[in-house]
Amino acid sequence: MSLLKASKLNVGYDKKVIVHDLDFCVNEGDYLCILGSNGAGKSTLMKTIAGLIPKVSGQLDINNFVKRVGYLPQQSIVQKDFPASVYEVVISGCISGLGLRPFFNKKEKETAYMNMKRTGIYELKNKCYRNLSGGQQQRVLLARALCSASGLLMLDEPVNGLDPKAAKDMYELIAGLNKEGVAIIMVSHDVKSALQYPSHILHLGKEHKQLFFGSIKDYENTGYLEKLG
Amino acid sequence: MNNLISQLNYYFEYPFVRYAFVVGTLVALCSSLMGTTLVLKRYSFIGDGLSHVAFGAMAVASVCNLTNNTLLVMPVTIISAIFLLKGKQNSIIKGDAAIAMLSVGSLALGYMLLNVFSTSTNLSGDVCSTLFGSTSILTLKKEEVIVCLVLSVIVIFIFILFYNKIFAVTFDEDFAKASGVNTEKYNLLIAIVIAIIIVLGMNLVGSLLISALIVFPALSAMRIQKNFKAVVICSAVISVLCAVLGMLISIVYSTPVGSTIVSCDIAAFIICYFFERIFRFSR
Repeated sequence: MSLLKASKLNVGYDKKVIVHDLDFCVNEGDYLCILGSNGAGKSTLMKTIAGLIPKVSGQLDINNFVKRVGYLPQQSIVQKDFPASVYEVVISGCISGLGLRPFFNKKEKETAYMNMKRTGIYELKNKCYRNLSGGQQQRVLLARALCSASGLLMLDEPVNGLDPKAAKDMYELIAGLNKEGVAIIMVSHDVKSALQYPSHILHLGKEHKQLFFGSIKDYENTGYLEKLG
Repeated sequence: MNNLISQLNYYFEYPFVRYAFVVGTLVALCSSLMGTTLVLKRYSFIGDGLSHVAFGAMAVASVCNLTNNTLLVMPVTIISAIFLLKGKQNSIIKGDAAIAMLSVGSLALGYMLLNVFSTSTNLSGDVCSTLFGSTSILTLKKEEVIVCLVLSVIVIFIFILFYNKIFAVTFDEDFAKASGVNTEKYNLLIAIVIAIIIVLGMNLVGSLLISALIVFPALSAMRIQKNFKAVVICSAVISVLCAVLGMLISIVYSTPVGSTIVSCDIAAFIICYFFERIFRFSR
C-alpha cells in the first residue's frame, strides 16, 4: 500500500522554490533516508510533508491512513530548560485525538505507557526531561511521535548531537520499529552509519534537484556514495 | 502580636479592604497560571509591552471621562496582543522592535493626553497610581470587583479546559502543528488571556509592575519543581501567598501595595534559587 506519493513536487518558503521536481513514494514498511548536503532542502521537504509549510506546487498525496504523521523535529532552544516530566512530554503526542475533550482518557494513557516501553524509557517516566542525556531526550521525543503516528514516522536528524554509542542505539531502535511495520522517513547528515538500515534513498543534490530516488541496492551502484565521502 | 491582629481586624471591617483582598488574590492566581507558559514560550516581553499599551488606553479612557474604564482598556489591549503576536510571524517591523515601538509610544502618548486634557487636580497622583497601582486597589467599587471575579473565573476555566493543548503548544509548536492542532488559534487564545490578565492586574499593582506578577512566580516555581503540572500549581501557590502577604504588610506598614507584593515575589524567587542550589549540592 502506498503511504505517500510525490510527483513534480516543488517545496520551499514563501512561494520561493528550494527543491524542484521531486518524484518519490513511500510504501508500507519502507525505510526512506533523505540525503543531501547542508542547504539542499531536506528539512524544508520534511516540514512540507508534515504539513508545517504549504507546498509550492506539484502533487503530494498522503494516504488517509497516515493523515497524521509522527513527526520528530530538530530540538528547539525552548525545550532545553523546559520543566516537564517524561510522561507529560510523551502523552502530549496523543493531542491530535483529543479534539474538544479537555483531558486524556485511559486508552491514551495506556498508549503513552506502551510507547515508553517500546523506546526503553519507561523507568524514566517521572524524571525531568531537561535533566536527561541527549540520547534519552531523543527517545522521549520518539515515543511522543509514536503516540501521534498511525504508521508513518518522520525523523529530522534524530542523532544530531549524540555521541557515537547513543547514535548507534538510536539507529537500532529506529530499525527495530521499522521491522515492527512502521514506515520511516529520516533525514540524516551522517551518511555512513545512516545507510546501514534504510530500504530506500532519496538524494537531494546541490543544484536543488533530486539526484536519485530508489532502493538502497541501486543507490550503491550509482557511485554517489563515494562522492559524498 | 495581639496588637497586630486587632489592627488587621479593624481594617477588615471596611468593605474596600475586603474587596482589595478578593481582587488581589484572584489577580495573583490568574497571572501565575499563564506566567509559566509566557516564560517558557519566551513571551515575557509581550506582557511588558501590553501593560504599557494598557496604560495608554487607560489615559484615553480617563480623559474621555468614561464611567467604566475597563470597557475601553480591555478591547484595546486585546487587539494589541493579537497585533503583536501576528507581527511576530510576518511583518515589516520585526517582533521585539514592534513591541518596543508600541509600548513606549503608548506610554508617551498616554502621559501627554493626561497632561493636556485631564481635569483632575492631582495629575501626578493619578499617573503614579496607574503606573504603580499605589492606591487604586483600595478604591474599587462593588461592580469592579464583580467584573474582576467573572474575568478571573473565565481565565481559570480556559486554562483548565485547554491545559493539555497549552502544554503541547508551549513545549513544541511544530510537533503540535504536525499532529493537527491549530496552533495559531491557541497562540491567539494565549495572547487574549494574557491581555485580560494584564488589564485585571493594573488595579492591583499598576501597569509597570504587572509583568513582575506574571514572571516571578513562574521563575521561582521552575527552580524547585520538575514537571509542568507541579510548576503551574507551585507558581499559583507562591503567587497567592506573596500577594496576600504583600497586601497585609502594606496595610500594617502603609507601604505601596504593588511594590510590596512584587518585593515579596522577589524574596520568594531568591529563596527558591538558593533552595535549588543547596538541594543540588547535597545530591
